[in-house]
Amino acid sequence: MLDWLLDFLKEYGLLLLAVVAAGALIGFMLVNAIFSVWLERKVAGRIQDRLGPTRVGGKFGWLQTLADGMKLLVKEDSIPAAADQFLFRLGPYIALLGSFLAFLVLPFGNGVVAREMNIAVFFMLGVMSSEVFGIILIGYGSGSKWSLFGGMREAAQMVSYEIPMALCVLVPVIVAGSMNLGQIALMQQGIWKWFVFHDPFTFAAFWTYYTCAMASCKRAPFDLAEAESELVAGFHTEYSGFRWLVIFMAEYGSMFAVSGIAVIMFLGGWSTGVPWELTEVFEKNLGLGAMGIVIGNVINVLVFMIKGWLLVFVMMWVRWTLPRLRIDQVMMMCLKYLVPISCALLLGVAVWTLFVPGWVQPFVSAGIFGLCMLALLWLIFQMVTLAKKPPGAGMPGMWRTTGLPGYQGAAKQA
Amino acid sequence: MELQIYIFWVLAGLTGLCAIATVVTQNSVRSATWLLFTLAGTSAIFFLLGADLVGAIQLLVYVGGTMVLVVFGVMLTAQGPFINMKTSGAEWAISMFAGIALFSVLCFGTLAYNEAKPKAVDVAGGVAASVAAEAKLQPQNPSDSHNSVTIGQALMGSGLGPMHQRAGQVTATHYLLPFEIVSVHLLVVLIGAAYLARAKKRKGVAA
Repeated sequence: MLDWLLDFLKEYGLLLLAVVAAGALIGFMLVNAIFSVWLERKVAGRIQDRLGPTRVGGKFGWLQTLADGMKLLVKEDSIPAAADQFLFRLGPYIALLGSFLAFLVLPFGNGVVAREMNIAVFFMLGVMSSEVFGIILIGYGSGSKWSLFGGMREAAQMVSYEIPMALCVLVPVIVAGSMNLGQIALMQQGIWKWFVFHDPFTFAAFWTYYTCAMASCKRAPFDLAEAESELVAGFHTEYSGFRWLVIFMAEYGSMFAVSGIAVIMFLGGWSTGVPWELTEVFEKNLGLGAMGIVIGNVINVLVFMIKGWLLVFVMMWVRWTLPRLRIDQVMMMCLKYLVPISCALLLGVAVWTLFVPGWVQPFVSAGIFGLCMLALLWLIFQMVTLAKKPPGAGMPGMWRTTGLPGYQGAAKQA
Repeated sequence: MELQIYIFWVLAGLTGLCAIATVVTQNSVRSATWLLFTLAGTSAIFFLLGADLVGAIQLLVYVGGTMVLVVFGVMLTAQGPFINMKTSGAEWAISMFAGIALFSVLCFGTLAYNEAKPKAVDVAGGVAASVAAEAKLQPQNPSDSHNSVTIGQALMGSGLGPMHQRAGQVTATHYLLPFEIVSVHLLVVLIGAAYLARAKKRKGVAA
């Protein structure tokens, strides 16, 4: 019996490992979707001066998404008569597959990755671009004009934004000289070594990448494709129940995936900011052996997920703060501004790595890091002091220079 | 390794089925979907062979780019009667003939190649070793060397292409010029497509 089992494991152990890894990733995507949807509602609530979900599950309504999921599972599963049955059923799963495959090569910690790949970044961008195909099928297969419009806009938008996104990812790749996400993260031990502070070009590339990533995840202000008010939710108008759930699992999955790329390429991956790799510290310096690697990686994975979810949180913050762009503005922003900007950044960083002497580099990094910290301190100072200003003294974001009748104008008249 | 062979057969079988479905399906959008699965299956086989870069490029270029274009073309141009295409018996006969001819040529080529160089084709790790060995043996003549590294280098202009013998003098060339000509050709096609697709402005009306 035992021999047979050992033989089986020897032969098919890899397959079992693969199944376990895939299961863990699917589980993570599910938890990520549940958590992100809850976070989205809470963030939206706080930004709109509401409370968001409060009841389900006791405190903070933390079980709200699970209740929603149950509702969606028991909902009637309807397919419109005009729909192309086969494509309608297939679409959501292709979208989910595109999002899921990206997680296969995304390292969560030092060696915590389903499949280590030398060209991990390239692979992630490649598979995430096939997510568009699912969206197109969803839009076309629904047999509805709203969906077709939404799907078309979505496809045009995602395909266009992939160009500046890929170019921006190339900027840290040039600095690192590698496309292996694990190695790139290991190069950034210590907060001043994070690639976002490396030189002015990588600093600009981070913000450009993040804008493109937001657009390619079809998040507001670039969510013309699913504009509820004009297109009746765009490409997924006709979907309900489980398939709708799958579409949103894919969307939140790819939100975390693009944030994960940003974290690894620019924000030091799982680095806590201290200049040591935690797994090595626990393994060798503290002499814990294999146990140390596990402990170190648990902390690494937590740090990585917190960083990723912070970026996802910023996406939500932007969504509930900025109004939606028109579709021509969305396309213009990409093709007229982001593509040239990212090309210039790519050229700039190539010139930088070639011609800037090595001894200058630490000073530049320290300078950018210092300026960022100063800006952060200034922001915190503003947030604290502005909240304490008396009425009529002006508020952040107010029009100050115009004579428009508003809060300030009213104060002047009085 | 047993497992790899089983996975290969499953993948190859699925890819083949999808390819057949691509041809047999009459609805053009569904046919494009099957084509997507065929291309994705091919890239999966590349991944199985350990050729990550080729697989990812296959995914990005064909699955990502071409499929989006195919679907754009099909969905924006195909109206009613063209979405469902009926193929006549003569078309079936011609395409069967062409397909079988191509398949037999490929089979013949593969089998003949295997007989000539039994050790060159090996699974995963063996390929890299044989490539390195061959590159050492004959670095200058890709028409003999049967591996993609030299051909790729010749395309980029960094390696050496086929030998030319003229008046006893041996000259090595590379494929950079044809490569560039093909890319200029692609550029011409792109500009032409943009010109055709552009909305025509009526004369006398201010834009």
